Amino acid sequence: MSDILKAVNLTKRFPGVIANENVNFDLRAGEVHCLFGENGAGKSTLSSCLFGFYQPEGGHIEIGGEIANFKSPRDAIHMGVGMVHQHFVLVAEFSVLENIVVGTHESGWQLKLTDARKRVEGLCAEYSIDLDLDARVGDLAVGQQQWVEILKALFLDAKVLILDEPSAVLTPEESLRLFRIIDHMKELGLSILLISHKMVEVMQADRVTVLRKGKVVDTVCPANVTPNELTRMMVGRDVELRMVRDRTEDAERKFETVLNVEKVSYRDGRGKLALDNVSLHIGKGEILGLAGVSGNGQKELFEILSGVLVPENGCLSLDGERIEGLPSRQYMDRGVGLVPDDRFREGLIPEFNIRENMILGWQRHDDYTNGMFLDHKQIGSIADGLIDEFQIATPSGATPVNHLSGGNAQKVILAREFVHSSKLLLANQPTRGLDLGVIEYVYKQIIAKREEGYAILLASEELEDLLNLSDRIAVMSGGKITGIVDPLTTTVEEIGLLMAGGKEEQAA
Amino acid sequence: MGDLFQEAILVSILAGTVRIMTPILFAAIGELVTQRAGIWNMGVEGTMLMGAFIAYVVATATGSIWIAVLAAMLAGGVVGLLTAFMTATMRVDHFITGLGINLLISGLTLYWFRIYIKGRAQPTFEGFENVPIPVLSSIPYLGEILFTQRILTYVAFLSVPAIWFLLYRTRWGLELRCLGENPKALDIKGLSVVRRQYTAVLIGSIMTGLGGGFLMLGFSDRFLADITAGRGWLAIVAIIAGRWMPRGVLAAVAVFALLESVATHVQVLGVDIPHQIFLALPYVASIVLLMMLRSKSGEPRRLGIPYFR
Repeated sequence: MSDILKAVNLTKRFPGVIANENVNFDLRAGEVHCLFGENGAGKSTLSSCLFGFYQPEGGHIEIGGEIANFKSPRDAIHMGVGMVHQHFVLVAEFSVLENIVVGTHESGWQLKLTDARKRVEGLCAEYSIDLDLDARVGDLAVGQQQWVEILKALFLDAKVLILDEPSAVLTPEESLRLFRIIDHMKELGLSILLISHKMVEVMQADRVTVLRKGKVVDTVCPANVTPNELTRMMVGRDVELRMVRDRTEDAERKFETVLNVEKVSYRDGRGKLALDNVSLHIGKGEILGLAGVSGNGQKELFEILSGVLVPENGCLSLDGERIEGLPSRQYMDRGVGLVPDDRFREGLIPEFNIRENMILGWQRHDDYTNGMFLDHKQIGSIADGLIDEFQIATPSGATPVNHLSGGNAQKVILAREFVHSSKLLLANQPTRGLDLGVIEYVYKQIIAKREEGYAILLASEELEDLLNLSDRIAVMSGGKITGIVDPLTTTVEEIGLLMAGGKEEQAA
Repeated sequence: MGDLFQEAILVSILAGTVRIMTPILFAAIGELVTQRAGIWNMGVEGTMLMGAFIAYVVATATGSIWIAVLAAMLAGGVVGLLTAFMTATMRVDHFITGLGINLLISGLTLYWFRIYIKGRAQPTFEGFENVPIPVLSSIPYLGEILFTQRILTYVAFLSVPAIWFLLYRTRWGLELRCLGENPKALDIKGLSVVRRQYTAVLIGSIMTGLGGGFLMLGFSDRFLADITAGRGWLAIVAIIAGRWMPRGVLAAVAVFALLESVATHVQVLGVDIPHQIFLALPYVASIVLLMMLRSKSGEPRRLGIPYFR
């Protein structure tokens, strides 16, 4: 097989960081090549260079053996390179067809979309994608939006397709479909560069290039390596691939209910029913896993459980006391801790330093105040103690949190919420985007809290992790709890069906 | 009062409404184009004022109101160029840019005006006359209200469907609306975001300058300090009230203009209420409207947010 796309000594710097350093890598015609690496390893930067969005500072790109000097994505598109972005670049207000056509100059100056519609319909038929081309993209499910993104690239006659973490927002069922589509692309002669950090997907590729800290570690065939070897190449050391909780004492545990949620509904600002009759309970010393593709009501559920939002209907009780409608400070005072999913936007104030972020929300607490003033000495000593305890890598407690890596920033939130809460811990995607080493650490901390008798709600998109950690798993879809399953007897397939809305819909 | 008199008053109020709509409509429809591209130009008031002032100077200096109209558009375009440079190129906060432009132009026009009239009686000019449209203007009532107006009034009303067509029926319009919703979608296709933002701001500012020019040449014969008196702000309110749709904006502008027209007629009718209260009506209405429209549905998602890669 010949090289269709090649990076030669590619170097890309951003102020203060080298994102890619002398990266050499080649994509052969008709192969699925996986770029594998941790967050921040430089995968997305490399792909952005390959499709002309960024211009490398050193080295060059070859297409079909000739040097290609991409000044903008326009040039890359002309050379047949298409890109499917991890964070969709879609216009919610536009129809599917408009999203595919915009910026392509496929119509005359007057919008005539009949030819474009025919071509898109042809592509849909070819890849068995079922989409209403006139639907507003904002109304589509996240999984369907992924098909729109893929159609956008195919519509431009891409010969090389770069897929940046395409399965991140898909249900297991949808991921399978995605990989069937990828297989079909391969049959049609397309070359695919797949960026992923999911081992299952990596093992399906023809070849894998592992990136670590902006450099290529090696390019290997998955057939010749084990997942453990690949992980070691990626992280640079051995890590426990999956946390497995000790379950020996589980049988004797009786969970005395801490949090009870009954028939809670919530309508968001646009009038959409974000939570629909949600009922669940969590006991002392229990981890309730929450599975589901994000955007199916998890965020609203977490915000209701922490008092940020007030439910439209239903009741909440904590240790038998009704708490719905109380201000969120009351929730905090009663021992509820929240780890929100968007750590820099909701969990922290990025410009504030670590010490300030450690007491965020507790600034009125007696421990931190001297009359009406903040007791900086006390805050400093408590915060610095937590920095040591949670192994936060920072020059000092006075460092603003936006100077920290995602993992260290997350530890600041964990430290704050773990120390100030006493009963109920709400953790929404606490490991998203973190490196394996940090994930291991976060889970160990959560397990320790379980042993202390906390009731814990843990949402994650990593089903394997939920299966390994939870006492029970609740599955959410479309704002409803579609099922609560036992991790010891359930399967990924069963959860996948529930994530897609339940068994009835799947049969149809 | 007799029926005939009442009818005449009513027709006069409505014809006045249509005329008063003209400058606000130019500014609002122009600013709509700018906002649909994601740029919140808060400098509409200042841009309009600049158009009015330049129109005055050119009209009195050359005696030609059509040259004055062109000059007003050019003045709007120059202010637009500054706005676009600040917001699209320098990516300065859109509100701060608008604030600066309004303050700058308010001071600058007054200063230039003083220099211009120094040591002489304030020069005046002959403004626009009505140009009745043959046949249509002889329709009872409607003819007088809609078809016995200044030429630029017809242009302003025609600009509404024209801009609608541009926004919704052309490739250019699709790309422009894309900027307001998600500029990255164009950027990743290798199309210039900045260039399109310049175009959108320029179209908006030229139309706003034209609105200012008409305000000067269609209603008055001399310049006064801050002659726009908040009409630029009303244009912005009209966009919000009209939910960023051409016909919604048209309707909102009509409401403001009707109130102002009623206010000017109250003086003539001798109603026993201070007419200043009526003059405040459009502005009171705009506040009431904004309170009622708490949801900003229809607002472009990336409106007012500078685009960084």
